[in-house]
Amino acid sequence: MRITVWGCRGSLPAPGPEKNFYGGNTSCIQVVKKDTCIILDGGSGIQRLGVNIHGNFKEYHILLTHLHIDHTMGLGFFLPLYNPSVTVHIWGPASGEEPLIDRLRRYFSPPLFPVRLSELPKHPIIHEIHNSEFTLGDISIKSAYLCHPGPTLGFRLSTGDSSFAYIPDHEIQLGSVNFPNEPEWTSGLNIAQDVDLLFHDAQFRPDEYQNRIGWGHSSIEDAILFAQMCKVKKLSLFHHDPAHTDAHLDSLLKEFTEHKSYPFEIEMCAEGNSYVLNEKK
Amino acid sequence: MVTITYYWCTASERRLHTISTMAQQPIELILARQFADSMNTAVFLVDTMGNLLFYNEAAEGILGVRFSETGAMPVDEWATIFTPKDIEGSPLSPEGLPLVQTLQNRQPAHGTFYIDNKKGRKLQITVTAIPIEGRPNRYLGAMAMFWKTELS
Repeated sequence: MRITVWGCRGSLPAPGPEKNFYGGNTSCIQVVKKDTCIILDGGSGIQRLGVNIHGNFKEYHILLTHLHIDHTMGLGFFLPLYNPSVTVHIWGPASGEEPLIDRLRRYFSPPLFPVRLSELPKHPIIHEIHNSEFTLGDISIKSAYLCHPGPTLGFRLSTGDSSFAYIPDHEIQLGSVNFPNEPEWTSGLNIAQDVDLLFHDAQFRPDEYQNRIGWGHSSIEDAILFAQMCKVKKLSLFHHDPAHTDAHLDSLLKEFTEHKSYPFEIEMCAEGNSYVLNEKK
Repeated sequence: MVTITYYWCTASERRLHTISTMAQQPIELILARQFADSMNTAVFLVDTMGNLLFYNEAAEGILGVRFSETGAMPVDEWATIFTPKDIEGSPLSPEGLPLVQTLQNRQPAHGTFYIDNKKGRKLQITVTAIPIEGRPNRYLGAMAMFWKTELS
C-alpha cells in the first residue's frame, strides 16, 4: 500500500514561496495497492494527482470525509472524470436528510462550476456511507463519523496487519469527555487506535484554538495527545492553517517535540510525502 | 422494589452489548454527554439497552448521589437505586417510565412520578425522554431531562 500526499493544507489553498516546502494544496491523499487506486478527499491537490497518475487504473475511488469546499474544490479538475473509459466512484458521508448526490450537484453546477455531473462523459457512481466497513481490492476500509461541523467521516485503511488513519478535520476537544483520560468517550478512537500512521488535523497552535472553539479543528497539542492515546506508531500533523508558513510550521514542530519524548514519531506532513505503509520514502 | 428487566432485548444481546461498550462510544453519545455536562437541567443518558452512561450535576442534586460514586450502571441497577413510584407509593411498572417507553418505541415520552432519592427524600419529578438517533437513522440511545415538580 503506497500512500502519497498531494495536498495537506487546510481550509484554503495557500500557494506562495514561503509555503513551498509543506505545500499549498488542500487535502488529497492517494493510496495505491496493486490495481486499486483510492483517493482520500478532493481538495485542490487532486488536480495535480489527476495529471500525474502512473498506472492504468480502470477505476478510481474518491473517498470524501465531508463536503466542505477545501475537500471538494478539486473534484471538477480531476482528469479521469473526463475519460469515458474509466469509472470514478465517489464515496461520501450520508447526511440523513439530503442525498449525497444532491449535495455534490451543488458543487457541479453554476455558478460554482460550469460542468454538471450529468454532463460528464461517464457519470460517477455515488456511494453513501456512514459508520461503515467495506473493501476495495485488497484494502479494508472503516469509516466513522467524527466531531466536525456537518456530517464528517474519518477513514481507517488496512491491508494485512498494517493500517493507517486519515482524520483531516476533527475537533477533539469538543468531541471528547475528560480528554485524554477517557478514550472510550473520545471521537475518532475507533478509527485511529493502533494504526501505523495517523494523518490528523493540527491546524492551530493551542492559543489560536482558544479563539476558534467550535470551528471543527484541533490544536497541535491535542493532536499529539490524541495520537498518544490511540497508541499510533507515527503521527503526521495535517491540515495546516493557510496562514502558517514553512518557517512557522517548522518552529511549531520544534516547540512541541524538542526535548520531549514520545513513544511514536511525529512529523509535519508535507505535500509530496510518500509512504509504503509506515516506511517514509 | 421495582426491577426493570431487559424485556426489549435478549440476554445474549445484552451480554454482547456489555462487551461492545468497551469500544469508543458513538460521536452522537459523546456530544450528548458533553451537552448534558454543560446543562443546568438534570439530564440522564442511556444507551439502547438502557444502560446508564452518564448523568449530570443537576441530576446528581435530584437523585442525591454523584455520578462519580455510581459510575455507569445497567438498567436494573439504577432502577433499584431511584425506585420510581406512582402517587399512591406503589412501584411503577417499567412501562410507566418515560425513558423506558422511549427505549421501547424510539419515540419521545413524557410523564410525572415520584422517586426516593439516595438521601431519603421523596420527590415528584417530571421527565421528558427523547431517543438519540444519528445519521442516517442510527438508533443509539436516549436522553431524559427531568426536574422537580410540586408534591401534590
